[in-house]
Amino acid sequence: MKYIEKNKVIGAVREMVLDSAVNLEKTVCDYLKAAFRTETEPLAKNVLDQIIENQDLARKEQIPLCQDTGIAVCFAEVGNQLHFDYDLEAAINEGVRQGYKEGYLRKSIVGHPLIRINTLDNTPAIFHLKLIAGDELRLHFAPKGGGSENMSRLAMLTPGDGKEGVKRFVRETIVLGGGKPCPPLIVGVGIGGNFEKCALLAKEAIFRPLGDEAENPEDLALERELFQEINALGVGPMGLGGKTTCLAVKVNSFACHIASLPVAVNLQCHSARKAHAVLRGEDR
Amino acid sequence: MKRLLAPVSETDRLALRVGEEILISGILYTGRDQAHRLLVEMIQKHQQPPIPFAGQIIYYVGPTPAKPHQPIGACGPTSGYRMDPFSLVLMEKGLKIMIGKGERSDAFKTELMRQQAVYLIGIGGIGALMAKTVKKASLIAFPELESEAIFKLEVEDFPAIVAYDAAGGDIFKR
Ligand code: SF4
Repeated sequence: MKYIEKNKVIGAVREMVLDSAVNLEKTVCDYLKAAFRTETEPLAKNVLDQIIENQDLARKEQIPLCQDTGIAVCFAEVGNQLHFDYDLEAAINEGVRQGYKEGYLRKSIVGHPLIRINTLDNTPAIFHLKLIAGDELRLHFAPKGGGSENMSRLAMLTPGDGKEGVKRFVRETIVLGGGKPCPPLIVGVGIGGNFEKCALLAKEAIFRPLGDEAENPEDLALERELFQEINALGVGPMGLGGKTTCLAVKVNSFACHIASLPVAVNLQCHSARKAHAVLRGEDR
Repeated sequence: MKRLLAPVSETDRLALRVGEEILISGILYTGRDQAHRLLVEMIQKHQQPPIPFAGQIIYYVGPTPAKPHQPIGACGPTSGYRMDPFSLVLMEKGLKIMIGKGERSDAFKTELMRQQAVYLIGIGGIGALMAKTVKKASLIAFPELESEAIFKLEVEDFPAIVAYDAAGGDIFKR
């Protein structure tokens, strides 16, 4: 049995909240800069230029990159040698609470979807638990903005719709979203599983490192084709036209029922804020 | 780049053309989902709204809290479409300029043209840059809404793009 102190979990989450709000990951910046170089539309270029300038300023002056500091999404991969004598989810929520307060971040969560009273500390976080081998707790955090989340979609296609059906649904989602999800986007696509698994696949897809590619050759082909097709749509940065509609497409797949072809598209805006932490269990 | 003084005169507003990049100086009133709902409720109950509409600009934003000695936190635009049903009522009451991001509904566009009003957009996700253009922020109404309360902002060279102009021009039409 290995243990991780509760305060370490709280501290790690607090740091991820504070860090991700102001520091955009280097890979995202590099992709934005590459897009700026290849973009030819003047207005699109100007938008990309300001997005790049914004992340510089945010980092330098520690101002949040975007006023929407999101709903807190946290994936916890828990090593099977770990033992917790406290509520891990509550510890993560405490880290979120502290981070959003200390960082002067926007509290964007209401306690009930219809009653809509702000919880004032940005909790509860959306918490996903996964068991892994070993003695580590791996945390992956994203403050997920409402704009891009609102334009995300899921459909239960039929097996006959096939690859073309999936691609059509993804392209349609991008066009319907237009400027609202703040393109250029990272497009997370989940195919297969069932209703809830598919949504989770798409969410996991936007957590993948920006530079990686799908391992499954079918998914990889879909990523490459969709990347070209989405950027040919002409939506452009903030929907104002141009060739930079997405920075990357990530496809995650899973087995599914003989009757189903679920597809989910989770959109990540250009303010693609993520942070990660690894805590190792210790003997007590 | 073209400059616009706010409150905005009718002549200045009607001269705005789709695609123009402008810098706004003067007054903006913030307001997003909940503030819009409350404003419309007040109007329907024949109560006096807490802000004037004629010549004024409503900016769809819910800023991050101001740090000590700063007027405001990050303050980029939120999507405009969610305000569509409320904007119809506010335009009826004299509101002629709104700033958000992204496309709006056909019903909104039709009413916008009828009112010769203008929809401007900011670039989403550049809230740090935009914070630099805000010199002062004062709370006007609905403090219980926190970041969704109505603030009066004094801005200098606040960047925006004309998305729908009074003549029916639409930047998102391709
Ligand atoms: S979609 Fe992203 S960049 Fe746009 S306002 Fe929301 S969080 Fe910010």
